[in-house]
Amino acid sequence: MAAVSNLKNMTMVLGLTCLLCSAVLGGAYALTKKPIDAAAVAKTNKAVGAVLPAFDETSYESVEVDGKTYNYYKAVKGGETVGYAVESTVVGFGGPLSLMVGVTPDGVVYNTSVLSHAETPGLGAKCNTDAKFMAQWEGFDPSAKILSVKKDGGDVDAITASTITSRAYTEAVKNAVNAVKALED
Amino acid sequence: MAKNWKLITDGLVKNNPTFVLLLGMCPTLATTTSAINGLSMGLATLFVLVLSNVVISLIAPVVPDKVHIPVYIVVIATFVTLLQLLMQAYTPAVYETLGLFIPLIVVNCIVLGRAEAFASKNGVGASALDGIGVGIGFTLALTILGLVREVLGSGSAFGFNFIGGRDGMLAFVMAPGAFLCLGYLMVLFNKFLKKD
Repeated sequence: MAAVSNLKNMTMVLGLTCLLCSAVLGGAYALTKKPIDAAAVAKTNKAVGAVLPAFDETSYESVEVDGKTYNYYKAVKGGETVGYAVESTVVGFGGPLSLMVGVTPDGVVYNTSVLSHAETPGLGAKCNTDAKFMAQWEGFDPSAKILSVKKDGGDVDAITASTITSRAYTEAVKNAVNAVKALED
Repeated sequence: MAKNWKLITDGLVKNNPTFVLLLGMCPTLATTTSAINGLSMGLATLFVLVLSNVVISLIAPVVPDKVHIPVYIVVIATFVTLLQLLMQAYTPAVYETLGLFIPLIVVNCIVLGRAEAFASKNGVGASALDGIGVGIGFTLALTILGLVREVLGSGSAFGFNFIGGRDGMLAFVMAPGAFLCLGYLMVLFNKFLKKD
């Protein structure tokens, strides 16, 4: 059975346990740091690669538009800018909705992908899986079509029963397009 | 041998953490939106449960009574953080869906409950087996609950959709469905399996 408690053994046991546990975690952190960083880089590269045409290299920069700061990856191929992958975050239905929006220098959306979201599973979460909703962003030209959902008089097909998520998604794309516009001017 | 086997089956049926002991309801309700999520959460808990049971059964004799809870919590939290780091490094896709709930394993009463009720009073071997039994019981319960909710709510099983592009009964993917399914599964479980 457990030992009788006194100040000395309580301090020692608790102190030793904490010391050992921190040592184990410190070691684990050092060992896993490299693969964790690699996984984060792979994820970003995948997101950038998915929303932009082929490129040689990217540089990570940021721009301020209307008081909001946008971080973006500028993709360069053969010395020429082929597009910007803008990280755009808005408030969705269940929390922050973070997108990576690829925009070519002429202001046309190349493609979009969801970085993270907290939308309702089965409803708003479809913004990440619904093929029809996702496909409409490919080559969306904001100068020819209106960037807002059909219910609000625009040209974006909303996800069934998820107007708020669709609006937020559209807003995020719009912000990204505006950021690129500001960059190109 | 028979005794060892009993330690494992006890965790599955008689001491089933979800359907009988009603422990760990927070991860149970929150993560079982699909069978895969339930399964992953169950396996993560299994991992922590077995390791913490083993370590706690080893250190229990020297831990003074008055600080035993903090010591156990530190041990459990260490394994959870370890698991979190490993998942982040080697299975980033799983971490993405479950990441939010992994730290919650620390406060999952199943882990501390088994440490208190079993590991601190039994040997290493028995504690490991108890951890495996209860862990598998939890995993099965979460997988079944996840499967039922996925079939009803999204019309798919383990990610394979069988109703085409149509919508399932969405309520089952959300919180009310979790409570409903859990309640009915508990009724069935206690009617047909639990014999005492």
